[in-house]
Amino acid sequence: MIHSPYIRKPASVQRVMFNVLLALVPGIAAYVWQIGAGILVNIAIATLTAVAAEVIMLSLRKRPVMLAATDLSAVVTAWLVALAFPPIVPWWLTVLAVLVAIVAVKHLYGGLGQNPFNPAMAAYCTMIVAYPALMSQWPAAGTVDFATQLHLILGGARELDAVTGATALDALRTGLRANGSVATLLQSNTYGAVGGRGWEWIAAGYLLGGLFLLASRTITWHLPTGFLVGLGVTSGIFWLIHPEQFASPLFHLASGGAMLAAFFIVTDPVSGATTPRGKLIFAAGVGLIAYLIRAFGAYPEGIAFGVLLMNICVPLIDMKTQPAVFGHRGGRQP
Amino acid sequence: MITRLFSFRGGVKPDAHKSESAHAPIAMAPMPERLIVPLRQSTRATARCIVQVGDLVLKGQRIGEPEGTLGTAVHAPTSGKVIEFGLHPLAHPSDLNTRCVVIEPDGADRWIERQVFDYHTASREQALAQLRDCGIVGLGGATFPSHVKLGRGTGIETLILNGAECEPWITCDDRLMRERARDILAGASILRDLIGARRLVIGIEDNKPEAIAAMQAAASNIDGETSVVAVPSLYPAGGEKQLIRVLTGIEIPYGKLGAEFGVQCFNVGTAHAVYRALAHGEPLLSRIVTLTGNVARAGNYEVLIGTPISHLLTLCGPKPDTDRTLMGGPMMGFALPRLDVPVVKGTNCIISASPALFPPPLPEQPCIRCGECARACPAELQPFELYWFSRAHNFGKAQEYNLFDCIECGCCSYVCPSHIPLVDYYRFAKSEIWAREREKSAADQARDRFEFRNFRQEREKEEKAAKLAAKAAETRAKLGDTPAPSTAAKADEDPKKALIAAALARAKAQKEAVQPRNTDQLSADTEAEIAEIDARRIKASLEDPAASGNPPSPDRSPESTP
Amino acid sequence: MLTALLIMTGIALVLGAALGYAAIRFRVEGDPLVEKIDAILPQTQCGQCSYPGCKPYAEAIAKGEADINQCPPGGEEGIRKLADLLGREFKPLSEEHGVEKPKSVALIDEQTCIGCTLCIQACPVDAIVGAAKQMHTVVEPLCTGCELCLAPCPVDCITMVEVPETVQTWKWKYPVFELRKSA
Ligand code: SF4
Ligand code: SF4
Ligand code: SF4
Ligand code: SF4
Repeated sequence: MIHSPYIRKPASVQRVMFNVLLALVPGIAAYVWQIGAGILVNIAIATLTAVAAEVIMLSLRKRPVMLAATDLSAVVTAWLVALAFPPIVPWWLTVLAVLVAIVAVKHLYGGLGQNPFNPAMAAYCTMIVAYPALMSQWPAAGTVDFATQLHLILGGARELDAVTGATALDALRTGLRANGSVATLLQSNTYGAVGGRGWEWIAAGYLLGGLFLLASRTITWHLPTGFLVGLGVTSGIFWLIHPEQFASPLFHLASGGAMLAAFFIVTDPVSGATTPRGKLIFAAGVGLIAYLIRAFGAYPEGIAFGVLLMNICVPLIDMKTQPAVFGHRGGRQP
Repeated sequence: MITRLFSFRGGVKPDAHKSESAHAPIAMAPMPERLIVPLRQSTRATARCIVQVGDLVLKGQRIGEPEGTLGTAVHAPTSGKVIEFGLHPLAHPSDLNTRCVVIEPDGADRWIERQVFDYHTASREQALAQLRDCGIVGLGGATFPSHVKLGRGTGIETLILNGAECEPWITCDDRLMRERARDILAGASILRDLIGARRLVIGIEDNKPEAIAAMQAAASNIDGETSVVAVPSLYPAGGEKQLIRVLTGIEIPYGKLGAEFGVQCFNVGTAHAVYRALAHGEPLLSRIVTLTGNVARAGNYEVLIGTPISHLLTLCGPKPDTDRTLMGGPMMGFALPRLDVPVVKGTNCIISASPALFPPPLPEQPCIRCGECARACPAELQPFELYWFSRAHNFGKAQEYNLFDCIECGCCSYVCPSHIPLVDYYRFAKSEIWAREREKSAADQARDRFEFRNFRQEREKEEKAAKLAAKAAETRAKLGDTPAPSTAAKADEDPKKALIAAALARAKAQKEAVQPRNTDQLSADTEAEIAEIDARRIKASLEDPAASGNPPSPDRSPESTP
Repeated sequence: MLTALLIMTGIALVLGAALGYAAIRFRVEGDPLVEKIDAILPQTQCGQCSYPGCKPYAEAIAKGEADINQCPPGGEEGIRKLADLLGREFKPLSEEHGVEKPKSVALIDEQTCIGCTLCIQACPVDAIVGAAKQMHTVVEPLCTGCELCLAPCPVDCITMVEVPETVQTWKWKYPVFELRKSA
């Protein structure tokens, strides 16, 4: 027997996920334009792996395959993995990472909706710990052409020095450790107007997609705002204290995966906080940890670690930030 | 006066589908062949039947006497003959039976003598009693007895009339307001006098401009501060708590009544019924029902309580692809398990549903914690948390997260992208919690009574021992006296003793044959006790045969319950 | 080194004292475990567990003398709750103690009843009213359905009738869906 309500809004998980994919398009377009089409190959590899892994896991777990495999959630994870990884990682690294995300982090925890960790970020952390060198090769804009990218992705010999470029963040920290100052370092051609050269355009693309997600009410403002404010304020404090030693908030917001994280990664609903206040706290926490790792840690980018650490806190955050219920507010009267 | 409007959080905007039936004026539904009047008009209370099969009843004659604090009277909707008193299925998702009086109309529709009730001179209590005896309950759907609601408070600042009618498809209140605005307002001013409210606010969703105009015109004719307010169309603006919030800004939490906050809310249909009951002495015999959905002729009908739904469906003509019939709106109503059930006081709408209009729900997917449901929830709950807890049978946690504040409006299920029937889980959890509470209070009561019984037995044993000791002492003192054969046994003179003895022997034989398993441990005790009593009785009847025929003496106190 | 040791010892002493104090200060009177077990038992007082009532059975469980699967009226759910409370494994109801039945109440056939009061004496919760040689009646809401009154009745006029579901006691079912259908 079916019970009320008998009418439903035409909404579906698939539609939500499709919106997310759609919103990633401007960022990917900028990526191709600035860095090269190699990313498309990576995305394709990741997507195929993810869908295959999803289908296999679903049938192993004896779940309805068609319904769950077409909900596009695995595709979103795959795209995020591809976009968060350097564009020239070998294909097997992408495959491995996607398998970690889909098989270990998602399905072994019970499948869609059950995973306590963000699959893409858990995969990122695993890979950066396992293959730190490969995960640190970020070419600057225009340094590696498509043929070389393809060659590298498909497992060709890696002439590391020729192609390696640290990220803007990494280069900055290395430079600072070598007693350079922010002002002089930013002169080098790794950097563009506000962030890494070329990468700032991609960040702008993500921002555009994020605004679309906000406008289509796929995400709420809390998570991106919390993250950007968390990262911005922390970096701002250090910058104000010592502008020679620490880069400006603007630089941090435009560098690395900050924009991708703000609109596409911390906004993962499954592993994130759900209450309005909880979302702010969660996202700000990610921003704070990301900054601390960027500025003082050993890894070039700290967002993934921030996300995982905050994922652990989600049950507590949610429990402590339950919003007041209608009529129980006490005093919210005219 | 311009009323400042507030808003409630959440809510959804489903397609209104009012135009199908809103144009159709209220028509009187033809008399069915039989009226099945349930003595239970809501899940709360059942009335006691006061007529017998074969009785001739008049229209408006009371057939069910109110019982309990939440009871209201039930009346014969027309004149005719009571042809049956028995169990019939009720329009309820459970498809369970309830006691009904079946009346065969005689076609004359003869009224009982109606007495106009002069509420100006009557006391408040009398007026409330009149409402109870006229069977007035809330007609918005919840069918809460109006006299109880009114009795809960005086000195109320605001009386709200609920004409929002936010559920899709339903137009019965809309038509009532358009056609009988004067009577509604007359009823409203009676209600206002009864609770002593200072002002009257009528809330109507802004998608009903004709009703607003009609009510405004009628409102200008009555005294006192009255305003007709158009509230934004947003489901569930017609929920009592939501409407109160929108019109006054006051939020009434679960378990509290509006009266505590100086505001009370009645449905427009209820106000109309109150007017009929007090100004004309007419009990509640009919109500307006919208017939709509996948039908040839949607309309609004004045329908006698007890009319079978199947009879009504012949009026609107459901199309061939109709697969279900819903009672109430699509958001909060339910699919009727069968169509021979009668219209009750809470029946506001009958919708013929087809797969095209009400597509079967898409397959359920896992919750992705997207929070859509929380954004839609007018009670500002976290529906997905309630869902996880209810699903895991973790009812304690569900209650901690305010499960009972859920008004079952269905907004969360409506928006969920995973198509989870969230409300089903809440209904399940709530009824499970209620059942447990019932069980627990029954268990507590049994424990208390068991302990008391043990205590009493202990005490009696002691008393008996003391008595015996005293007697022994006495006997010893009177040493040499002949022992009286009539000690304790004189009470038990009765011809039936022999019968008992025989019966006992039979029972004993039977018991020896099959030893009931459930008395393993107690049987020794019990049997000893039984044997002792038997022996005493047999002895008595044998020793005192002459006394047989005497009436049983009253001093033998049985161990009856207190 | 020595200081560290001293500090550790000091902390241990302080904590120990605090714990000891708490144990005395917040000691719970009575035997809360028996109460907790008793709260789970259905209080039918039928004796099927082979103890003369629920409380004695609760005491026996608390003492470890009885297993947790001896109460048929409590059924599987009761055993599950006991297992949870006591941290033991769930085990199915022991068959020798009976089977789980739907809740019933006793009904006295008032034509046959001879008014012997035997059932009154058997009823553990005083749910039967009546006087000698007068018809007896079971007060339905008080009856726990323990069946103890059946055996003593000399004329076998007591039967157990299942309590019917009413609109008021009806429960919404757990939502079920064919997950597979969509596959
Ligand atoms: S709307 Fe549905 S999927 Fe989203 S959080 Fe609520 S229950 Fe979960
Ligand atoms: S049904 Fe309950 S939980 Fe769902 S939206 Fe309505 S009030 Fe909120
Ligand atoms: S078997 Fe009967 S007496 Fe024993 S615990 Fe269960 S209900 Fe109580
Ligand atoms: S009436 Fe009979 S079945 Fe009911 S509680 Fe008493 S003894 Fe048990």
